[in-house]
Amino acid sequence: MPAPRVYRTEALVLRGMDLGEADRLLTLFTPRLGKLRALARGVRRPKSKLGGHLDVLCHSDLMLARGRNLDTITGAQARHGFPALRGDLLALGQALYVLELVDLFTAEGMENYSLFQLTLTTLERLPDAGGGETPLRYFELRLLEATGYRPQLYNCHVCRRPLEPQDNYFSPSGGVICPSCQAQEPFSHPLSLGVLKVLRHYLRAGYEEARGVRLTPSQARELKLVLGECLRYHGERDSRAGAFLERVKGLPSQG
Amino acid sequence: MKDGFIPLAAPVARLIEELSKLPGIGPKTAARLTYYLLRRPAPEATALAEAVLALKEKTILCSACQNIAEADPCPICASPERDRATLCVVEEPLDILALERTRKYRGLYHVLHGAISPLEGVGPEQLRIRELLSRLQGGQVKEVILATNPNLEGEATAMYLQRLLVPLGLRVTRLARGLPVGGDLEYADEVTLTRALEGRQEF
Ligand SMILES: [Zn+2]
Ligand SMILES: [Zn+2]
Repeated sequence: MPAPRVYRTEALVLRGMDLGEADRLLTLFTPRLGKLRALARGVRRPKSKLGGHLDVLCHSDLMLARGRNLDTITGAQARHGFPALRGDLLALGQALYVLELVDLFTAEGMENYSLFQLTLTTLERLPDAGGGETPLRYFELRLLEATGYRPQLYNCHVCRRPLEPQDNYFSPSGGVICPSCQAQEPFSHPLSLGVLKVLRHYLRAGYEEARGVRLTPSQARELKLVLGECLRYHGERDSRAGAFLERVKGLPSQG
Repeated sequence: MKDGFIPLAAPVARLIEELSKLPGIGPKTAARLTYYLLRRPAPEATALAEAVLALKEKTILCSACQNIAEADPCPICASPERDRATLCVVEEPLDILALERTRKYRGLYHVLHGAISPLEGVGPEQLRIRELLSRLQGGQVKEVILATNPNLEGEATAMYLQRLLVPLGLRVTRLARGLPVGGDLEYADEVTLTRALEGRQEF
């Protein structure tokens, strides 16, 4: 039986690129079809009925028609446009960072339902965090887990011996390494016992429990550094939205 | 050449290839345009070729507003009729054309040449923001109207600029949301744009 010509899916719009006179090429993330690219015709015209439902960061129900090279969007109805994120530069920068990581860590056509759910719930958490980065750290670690890069947190990544309750090291390629193996991993960072416990807790606990953990400023910096290194190693480049987010944080404060 | 495959004459193939690089033009349309030109009288093809050459050779960016112009300053920046206390910030030169069609705006412009879109590799440093800030140093401008597109990239750009401009003690306004979300300003009709200009609000 040939695949039906028209199909429906919900999708989160990760990226949009202007194409031709008024079209956009969209990168969509869907719960069951993974990431896919699709053409949205005429959506840049103000009179377009679809445009408002296909902006980046829209979570929408879509109807698509299969094409020879590219599927075309024939219908769209927004479920949630995340207005609280669009109206706040810091929250928007955080949301773009989440979208970029999803794009970077997924391949087209690979279903990843848990990552889809994680992404939506993370976007819902951002406005309540008031610019705090706990939702981002929790997302980063859970993203690594959902894409097969969960760092080793209980045994040394090199010698496989159980880790002692002490300060260890962290290798972006695979996880924690014990002090005796550290010399073999030149790109490792020191990892305090406190932050190791936070990483373990984030992977064990739900978000509500995880965000109850209070971090000292130096622990927050360390957590951000080790997760950032891990993401850069597996994502194979720096996050552009991450750089933008840092820029936004450096802007003169509002009012 | 005996196997039935007849290659295109090289000049034909070359123009088809160049035309199909243009946005919205596929190889089929490019071939149609090429054969159309081939049938037209020579002066028409020459006029087109000259126009394409002049586009790059005879245009510059206005050093004040960054719009594409023949002279620096451009006619709008040079005009004594324009209100120098108001500056309208747009993403692209075509947006100026759209706003000028309303005949409701008498101030000056500033073209950013894009909008913030980190995922596509466009950060604030890729836009003409530094030029905007140095223009505002003179103190002549009292109000900046942010007329970026009503989509996520345009909103991000407007919010970013607002954070930079408010500390300078300027009035910062944003086009009203009469414009549908997700669209491009250059496609807005005059009525919509006029309303959007009249209904601009404190940002
Ligand atoms: Zn070891
Ligand atoms: Zn000018």
